[in-house]
Amino acid sequence: MAYSDKVVDHFNNPRNMGSFKKDEEGVGTGIVGAPECGDVMKLQIKVQGDKIVDAKFKTFGCGSAIASSSLATEWMKGKTLEEAGQIKNTDIVQELNLPPVKIHCSVLAEDAIKAALNDYKKKAG
Amino acid sequence: MKFPLYLDNHATTPMDPRVLEAMLPYFVEKFGNAASRNHAFGWEAEEAVENARKQLARLIHADPKEIVFTSGATESDNLALKGVVEMYHEKGDHIITGLTEHRAVLDTAKALETKRGIKVTYLPVDKTGLVNPDDVRRAITDKTILISIMLANNEIGTINPVKEIGKIAKEKGILFHSDATQGVGKIPVDVQEMGIDLMSFTAHKMYGPKGVGALYVRKKAPRVRIAPIIDGGGHERGMRSGTLPVPLIVGFGKACELCEQEMPTESVRLAKMRDRLQAGILGALEEVYLNGHPTLRLPHNLNLSFAYVEGESLLMGVKEIALSSGSACTSATLEPSYVLRALGVGSDLAHSSIRFGLGRFNTDEEIEYTIKRIIEIVTKLREMSPLYEMAKEGVDLKSVQWAVH
Repeated sequence: MAYSDKVVDHFNNPRNMGSFKKDEEGVGTGIVGAPECGDVMKLQIKVQGDKIVDAKFKTFGCGSAIASSSLATEWMKGKTLEEAGQIKNTDIVQELNLPPVKIHCSVLAEDAIKAALNDYKKKAG
Repeated sequence: MKFPLYLDNHATTPMDPRVLEAMLPYFVEKFGNAASRNHAFGWEAEEAVENARKQLARLIHADPKEIVFTSGATESDNLALKGVVEMYHEKGDHIITGLTEHRAVLDTAKALETKRGIKVTYLPVDKTGLVNPDDVRRAITDKTILISIMLANNEIGTINPVKEIGKIAKEKGILFHSDATQGVGKIPVDVQEMGIDLMSFTAHKMYGPKGVGALYVRKKAPRVRIAPIIDGGGHERGMRSGTLPVPLIVGFGKACELCEQEMPTESVRLAKMRDRLQAGILGALEEVYLNGHPTLRLPHNLNLSFAYVEGESLLMGVKEIALSSGSACTSATLEPSYVLRALGVGSDLAHSSIRFGLGRFNTDEEIEYTIKRIIEIVTKLREMSPLYEMAKEGVDLKSVQWAVH
């Protein structure tokens, strides 16, 4: 299977790869997927006010899964919580030119975004 | 080094230039039909085919008359299973095979189950991939007409105790077929000593051309009869009709001759390179697991699982090296390798597996390069892996409630 140039670029030069401390003030963490399914994504956001000032990811998965989560962090940075909640998997599919068999990677990325937002909201009370 | 490197020799092998040279005259100059009995063109083609038949037979210790040419190992497997069932279905309706067989055997068996009402026993394997001969013995009923167990596995390279299974088959008067696609030309194969009655193999896995294979069909003690699956001019003693692809057959013969001559040195050289590859990787990285048998393994095979790293991303990271993965992401089914699952390898590690297949044209320099690159990419991907991070933090990944999707 040939990968799109954008997937290859994110894979070779992942954006915002890394972790925040989970208990750090203003950090929301979302972990989705399962090792036995071949992909696990961890997305983290750092929030000030209602704005996402930083985001980080770590992903176990194929190149498309890594690219989807890398792209998600790029898109989330600078957005409000509400704006970030509107990122759709179909946007990721389009941007990365994912083939049908890789659509689940984008779904997982959307789930990870939502999980990180929920975690932050829960912590912030 | 010429890039990309080719380390996927279980999928197919490059053709040996000496094989090509042997084939060339049979395209334009010596183009005759081996079935033409009335002129020199036909005689010339027939002579070439009979010579190749001898070369194949020699390699597996058979009689040339016991070789049936086919289009490849998939056809040979189909012909063996369907041909035996068609011929012997009045004797019984049960066949025995294994869970780690190639799809050409498994799917043929499944087709016989659904279309012909044949009962099939799929034997499990141990954690190294070996079929237990005692399991074969226990699975036999008075309705069993065929046992089909592969010589060596295409993913993990495990070499089955076919000699013991052959002995049991003989003792019980049941036919024994072996898919030997990965083994012939790589390890010594002797159909007499191994008690094999039918055996599939193909040219393109042993530096010959694609599009030609063979089925060994025993002629004596017992005389095996199979019904054809392709009807027509009655070629190959009626077992496989169709004009013989003379250039391909000539190439197949030459490939067998070369394997026979070079196996003693080549298998030692390949095993040495493979052992170096294994030691180089395992020496530098933690939590890398060998899939398959530590010693009863094809000399050119290495199958490893790299914990916390998904196989397809690993392949993507070493694009300049042609390798194969048991990861679901490399297949359309989204299921990881059924062979590794049959060994009891967890889905997580099955997704993390890479198969290295060494071949005649690989060099020590290529192996050293591969070791270096695998270490680099696994280290990089582990840095990127949330699972690796959790494991380092002391989280027991098995105790986490994952949302299986």
